[in-house]
Amino acid sequence: MNRILLFVPLVIFLLMGLVFWIGLGKEDKTSLPSPLIGKAFPEFQLGVVEDGRTLTTEDLKGAPVLVNVWATWCPTCKAEHAFLNELAAGGIRIIGINYKDDVAKAQDWLAAFGNPYVYNLSDPDGKLGLELGVYGAPETFLVDSQGIIRDKHIGDLNPQVWARLKPRFEGMK
Amino acid sequence: MGDIALFLPEIGQTALILAFIMAVFQVVVPLVGVGAGRLWLMGYARPFAVGQALFLVISLVMLTLAFLQDDFTVAYVAANSNSLLPVPYKISAVWGAHEGSLLLWVTMLGLWSVAVALLSRSLPLDMVARVLAIMGMVSVGFILFTLETSNPFARTLPTPPVDGADLNPLLQDFGLIVHPPTLYMGYVGLSVAFAFALAALMSGRLDAAWARWSRPWTTAAWIFLTVGIALGSWWAYYELGWGGWWFWDPVENASLMPWLVATALLHSLAVTEKRGMFKSWTVLLAIFAFSLSLLGTFLVRSGVLTSVHAFASDPERGVFILALLGICVGGSLLLYAFKAPTVASVGRYELLSREMFLLLNNLLLVVMALAVLTGTLYPLVYDFMGLGKLSVGAAWFNTMFVPLTVALVALMGVGAATRWKSDSASRLVKLLAIAAVAAVVFAVVATLVGHGDLNGKVLLGLSIAFWLILATLADIWKKSRGELSRIPKLGMSYLGMVLAHVGVAVSIIGVTLVANYSIDKSVRMSPGETATLGPYTFEFTQAGTIEGPNYVSQATRFNVTRDGEFVALLTPEKRRYNARGSIMTEAAIDVSLFRDVYVSMGESLDDGAWGMRLQVKPFMRWVWLGAIFMALGGLLATLDKRYRRRSKN
Amino acid sequence: MHPQRKKRLHLILFLVVAVAAAVGLAMYSLSQNINLFQTPTQIANGEVPPGRTIRAGGLVVAGSVERDQEGLGVTFRVTDGAAEVPVYYEGILPDLFREGQGIVALGQVRADGVFVASEVLAKHDENYMPPEVQDALEQAHQDGKKAMMGGDY
Repeated sequence: MNRILLFVPLVIFLLMGLVFWIGLGKEDKTSLPSPLIGKAFPEFQLGVVEDGRTLTTEDLKGAPVLVNVWATWCPTCKAEHAFLNELAAGGIRIIGINYKDDVAKAQDWLAAFGNPYVYNLSDPDGKLGLELGVYGAPETFLVDSQGIIRDKHIGDLNPQVWARLKPRFEGMK
Repeated sequence: MGDIALFLPEIGQTALILAFIMAVFQVVVPLVGVGAGRLWLMGYARPFAVGQALFLVISLVMLTLAFLQDDFTVAYVAANSNSLLPVPYKISAVWGAHEGSLLLWVTMLGLWSVAVALLSRSLPLDMVARVLAIMGMVSVGFILFTLETSNPFARTLPTPPVDGADLNPLLQDFGLIVHPPTLYMGYVGLSVAFAFALAALMSGRLDAAWARWSRPWTTAAWIFLTVGIALGSWWAYYELGWGGWWFWDPVENASLMPWLVATALLHSLAVTEKRGMFKSWTVLLAIFAFSLSLLGTFLVRSGVLTSVHAFASDPERGVFILALLGICVGGSLLLYAFKAPTVASVGRYELLSREMFLLLNNLLLVVMALAVLTGTLYPLVYDFMGLGKLSVGAAWFNTMFVPLTVALVALMGVGAATRWKSDSASRLVKLLAIAAVAAVVFAVVATLVGHGDLNGKVLLGLSIAFWLILATLADIWKKSRGELSRIPKLGMSYLGMVLAHVGVAVSIIGVTLVANYSIDKSVRMSPGETATLGPYTFEFTQAGTIEGPNYVSQATRFNVTRDGEFVALLTPEKRRYNARGSIMTEAAIDVSLFRDVYVSMGESLDDGAWGMRLQVKPFMRWVWLGAIFMALGGLLATLDKRYRRRSKN
Repeated sequence: MHPQRKKRLHLILFLVVAVAAAVGLAMYSLSQNINLFQTPTQIANGEVPPGRTIRAGGLVVAGSVERDQEGLGVTFRVTDGAAEVPVYYEGILPDLFREGQGIVALGQVRADGVFVASEVLAKHDENYMPPEVQDALEQAHQDGKKAMMGGDY
């Protein structure tokens, strides 16, 4: 009887461990599929960081594109920037969304670190980001030539991530 | 600096790997020695422990140097520092985020191991070997965790950023330089008690001598925990800007749970040392205390529960920590289940005895810890069952803690005066009746004189606090037979206990008064306007800007007076940190022993007006003053002669 | 039975009863003190009875923040992408409160459908989204998707 009681703490602990295990699974944000996948890119009408002209959703269409959400206040964006430069040099079409940021700062940044983007949409109040369900920068969307979102990556783009995304991107029309 | 400076992070990483290897040896060699009965192998436990700690310290120093040199090729430095960050914060930034704080954690574990290695001359060698081997196991797990999932030396090459992202502004503060290391010292220090407990289970030898060895270690860890928790509360009070000093936030709860269990352990060890009883229970408490420390680390680092401190969460690391927790806690509880019968206690005691009071003390403290655990995990379980998201309000924790604390303190007064084995009720009544009556009378008088009305909650809080102080004094009076000169002869252990118990009373007085008599007010004010709160008048004299090293702040100046007399000139600020653009409220506080005047800025409204929060918090300092008393009491107890006499032998 | 033993048995019985009573009280008290999280959609649909203390959260709608002329009252709307709920709060807003930011507020729904907050929390991290808010957004997106496809029901 007494000896069995001695196992009680162990059993309670194992039960708690189970709860934590499940709790951890729930926290795994990156595994949440974006509800936007397969849907059209949200409508927008925004200024361009580089020259101030206004563009709309129509301008996005025509060819597959990576839409990269970034900001100068975001350290990870800085970390992924070099890789974006590489991708752009390799002929990948990248469009930036400068998220909750200041146009002047963004221009300085692009001048200092190079500009891999065809153009950058300025989204200072994060409205487009909200419609895209952005949790935080950086995030990257794969958008096909019809303007349909095909895939999404949260966090920085790097060679490992690109190895996974590349086939999808090349398969898009 | 030269070329060598470029490779300091690699030196740090190499040192960390070497520390890992040392830790593996620290586990394997002594245990083989114990298994084979070879003394010379057991003897290696000490040098390996020293070696491990040495490499860990080198590693930590290298990381610190990387911060001081603004080496932004190191990802961790780039993410948590900035060239404009003041030097003291560059140092505290070392443990400002996950990777570095983990390195600090293992380094402290290494230092505690060295302390055990050096201060254990009186222990049998096989015991030292087991204890250090177990501490080595914890080290192995956590160094591996650091290297695998959270390497602070990882580079951002080939394209390092030109400047760092800066330290989270919340952490740019003196409180955050000292709070985490102190708390970690406490968390990690409990590994010593844990290692002693497991060593006792493994060897089946658990006697009064064992309790005497592990007691000062447990007390030392407990002191750090006490101070660490108090510092955390003090920091939250002035830095978070809204004047709260305890939020029942999961991270605070994570530090409170080990403290409650460690407090129970301290008292249970007293019974084990003096009377050779509660052995198996003591061992279980030692396991619990350290497990809860690990759980604290898990909760904070995994993001299972999000809170004010949520900036360091990452599920992948959570899985690793959970695995570590599983091996460490599961393994020790399994060992306990099989080996606890070998350390059974003998001896008996009457219902009315010191043992019984200490048992009740343990019971209440463990129930308190369980209450905190329940409140902390309930939202998680609820979510897991798919019932939805919820939070457990502070009100619940308060409803749980008030009656439990009252019961605990009521028993403390009697328990400390009760004799071992058995005591007579009439003796205790004679000794303490006056104290009990006087406590209530004092409480009534103090409430009436101090505030003019009788608030039931205040009356209760003050009564138990006064009761504890008076009962303690009555016991000193009795033990010293009324002669002051005899008091020092009562022993450091006893005096330490007295001081710690008085500290509890002081904290309770502070908590009671600040919780019931604080007044506050949020007002819209323009320069030149005045507002009154209680007896104080706040005059908004001017507004302006202040340029800090890495921030710009909008500041306001307040002239505080009471009945026309000048009290203080307060300058609360609203800082905007350049690197992250984040905004921080810096409250301005006029501190005194009997009240704090607290002014903080809200947002800027139109025409130069500001939303301002004004607060007067009576006896705020007493909350932390009590904690300082408790810590000093612990310190006195560890200085008791009997621990030193043993170590000279 | 040995008198000593009997005494101890009584004590154990007493402790068991006391602990059971304490646990019962604690659980009851817990059920009274939990604050459920409700999404703006749930509130807008009238799923939350007025007067009950809940936590609500979402993104602060851009352009919706209005200060009272006198005092520190403020009105704003929060959204989960599907529905918007007006919130009234009197006092100092946290440092990170701003339009577009995710917030969680503690309070009660008034009879006229306004959520009166007694406490507003915005976390001290620009990129941090309160998990409840994030879930609420996801949920609203999912519901929107279902509604658009139409064939689910």
